Amino acid sequence: MTDAIASFGAGGRPVSIHTDDAAKVRLKGRYRTETWFKWLGAAAVALAGLFLVLLLSTIVTQAIPALRQNYLTLPIDLSAAKVDPAKLDAANYDAIAQEALTAKFPDVTSRQDKRLLRGLISTGTGVFLRKDIAADPGMLGGTVDYAVPLDDFADLYLKGLLADVGSDEAISTSVTPSETSGDIDLTFGDDAMLTLARGHGATEGENGMLTLTSGASSLLVAFNGGTVKLTALSPGANGTAVAKGTVIEALDSTAPAASGQAFLRVIDTPEASRKISDKMIVWLDTLKSAGLIESRFNSIFFFTGASREPELAGVWGAVVGSFLTMIVTLAIAFPIGVSAAIYLEEFAPKNRLTTIIEVNINNLAAVPSIVFGLLGLAVFLNFFGMPRSAPVVGGMVLALMTLPIIIIASRASLRAVPPSIREAALGIGASKVQTVFHHVLPLAMPGIMTGTILGMAHALGETAPLLMIGMVAFIVDIPGGFTDPATILPVQIFMWADFPEAGFQQKTSAAILILLLFLVIMNAIAVILRRRFERRW
Amino acid sequence: MKKFLLTASAAALALAASAGYAAARDQIQIVGSSTVFPFTTAVAEKLGQGGKIKTPVVESTGTGGGMKLFCQGVGENTADFTNASRAIKDSELETCKANGVTPVEIKVGFDGIVLANSKAGAVVDLTKEQVFKALAKNVAVDGKVVPNPYKNWSDVDASLPATKIEVLGPPPTSGTRDAFVELVMDAACQEEVKAANEKGCGEIREDGAFVEAGENDNLIVQKLEANPNAFGIFGFSFLDQNADKLQGHKVDGVEPTFENIASGDYGVSRSLYVYAKKEHVGVIPGMQEFIAEYTSEGAWGPDGYLADKGLIPLPDAERAKWAENAKALKGMGS
Repeated sequence: MTDAIASFGAGGRPVSIHTDDAAKVRLKGRYRTETWFKWLGAAAVALAGLFLVLLLSTIVTQAIPALRQNYLTLPIDLSAAKVDPAKLDAANYDAIAQEALTAKFPDVTSRQDKRLLRGLISTGTGVFLRKDIAADPGMLGGTVDYAVPLDDFADLYLKGLLADVGSDEAISTSVTPSETSGDIDLTFGDDAMLTLARGHGATEGENGMLTLTSGASSLLVAFNGGTVKLTALSPGANGTAVAKGTVIEALDSTAPAASGQAFLRVIDTPEASRKISDKMIVWLDTLKSAGLIESRFNSIFFFTGASREPELAGVWGAVVGSFLTMIVTLAIAFPIGVSAAIYLEEFAPKNRLTTIIEVNINNLAAVPSIVFGLLGLAVFLNFFGMPRSAPVVGGMVLALMTLPIIIIASRASLRAVPPSIREAALGIGASKVQTVFHHVLPLAMPGIMTGTILGMAHALGETAPLLMIGMVAFIVDIPGGFTDPATILPVQIFMWADFPEAGFQQKTSAAILILLLFLVIMNAIAVILRRRFERRW
Repeated sequence: MKKFLLTASAAALALAASAGYAAARDQIQIVGSSTVFPFTTAVAEKLGQGGKIKTPVVESTGTGGGMKLFCQGVGENTADFTNASRAIKDSELETCKANGVTPVEIKVGFDGIVLANSKAGAVVDLTKEQVFKALAKNVAVDGKVVPNPYKNWSDVDASLPATKIEVLGPPPTSGTRDAFVELVMDAACQEEVKAANEKGCGEIREDGAFVEAGENDNLIVQKLEANPNAFGIFGFSFLDQNADKLQGHKVDGVEPTFENIASGDYGVSRSLYVYAKKEHVGVIPGMQEFIAEYTSEGAWGPDGYLADKGLIPLPDAERAKWAENAKALKGMGS
């Protein structure tokens, strides 16, 4: 037997099984495993952290452009001829704003061009104008400078999200135009422009003629106070280049522009592949250099309801809807959940029936949320005939879903109150109800609140159960009560993610940030409550 | 604490009581197709901006689900309009009639279904037959019906690129899928396949070459950008909105452009409908205004705002006819 525990070392001294060479190797192995485990654990945490940072930074970088919106200041004519102060609703505010814009570009005469130009400002302009005049009739009677929101494509272009726009570069040769407007010929002093056009997707035809179709990059030449878009180029006499072009903004004169006086702007994204035309880009740049465009905090996004136009869409409707729904959920789930927990934990006899109830509550907490939605559809809508898309029904469905969570959390925190408290209360003659409501419940409250808030946070992020009861709907008006149609934040995110317009991508991310902020605040409250009121025994 | 609990329960009770009573509805409710959803919401918003009536509530439930809700009956708890990416089925019309609902049909425009890939991918010119061969579950090879053996596009036709067949498309619940099956798969069905199995024409292969990419078309666009060899199937408006990233392909030699779909030259396009509940006109405020707004030239005309959203307008004569119908509230089967 002793052989197994001890053997004899070199000096004839007995060596313990814990100190012999094999043991040292084993020990080293144990330490190695420990180090490995430590590093693996750290790596796992780091990886999780990395993904979190990646996710958050993607959302934040996507969301930042949505926090600002570009506005164009226009002198708007609100004289009595345009707006009759007695009949504010009768005026065509859209037309008034559009006139102010077209007045900035007297050269734009064709119907299509005017339509393009009008497309620069938001279709909601008239609505904003009407609202602001109703709030401040002092605006009437003359011309006022009024900032109108830009259309989503114009806005995205100015934010640099729509096309690769190069900067203006001086042309190191002279440029001579044949006319000041319409389709004109340009003569360049050297043929460098030909090489440039070839490099930017121009198609080469007979006689070395280069055509710039809408599938090639756009080459815009700005000089003499105007801008010309090149459409075709060919070699001229004596190493010069001759180009055909369309004037987008009229030139002042046909005088030749000297070397360094003309500027070239290359827009790499071909016109056919972007949602904003060369003309719109030139107009926007003109307005911008005139100092008429400014980027403002996007109050529309934060304080209006949903819209089909990205520049008009806001989250306020969804925030209010979320709030109303959460109130209903809390008002139903909290009293019922806490009462049920108190009864089950403190008063109910421990028999087969209560065990069955207990098991069922635990199981209910794990039922997929869509099932509660179906239940809501069948019971609240079809049986009781309650309104579709209403926060009251949404709140009831979410309350059903949150109830088991609250009951379980409440029971756990009631159980955590030491029996000595109860015994002491009973010992000095308190009744069972007094014991529970005066002593046990207040001590358990921080835990109950924490569980409730976490349950509510969970409910706030739910979308699936609301699908069935019509809260996944396009609702513009801000809900004013519990029975008004409403939508909630996660549903709003779900819908925006599905819209085709590019402008909604930023809105989606921004709305996600708002939802996250909500959740962080709710969780922070839970943590504070726990830290402040928690007692340890 | 006791007081708090009492107040909370009282509030809950009051809420439950208030929910039982439903105020007379003053807001239009619309359900139905997700394809028509973007257009109907635009009209609804425009109507709301007028300030005279509340903005209608529009829900996207799919064509079938919308019909079910719409035909449920007459009353405040039923929808006033339903969007549909196909005409109402006979069975649905029967249900409607049995429940006392008279639908007023309004054809609002066209939607093209396009096959597109990333701009970095190859440009192909497909025929419906080629698409059928590439995507059908069973195809005829040398007169015999066999499970689809084609792996690469070049196996289908030598003129096509030698890349793997990879198509992201809508799931079976989607109206777009129904229309795709009807317009392409059924239209180009091989005789042998048709004879072998009644369902054979509509069955799409499940061996990984066709990937059901869900209803979220934005996701399909992202996947196509990441994989230039993959093709996607979706509505024209998505191609239109993502023209900087995607290219649509010719089917039977016709390019999927606005003009070609409007003129009917492009073979894979379908009609979109909105159905109004005749019984609710005059009961729910704003029904007629909504119909009038939808069928106005400023909305569904060639220069209207719905065209900007991707709806392809009907020819002039047809627009006039449907607008007339809608104005007269000509119910179906009445």
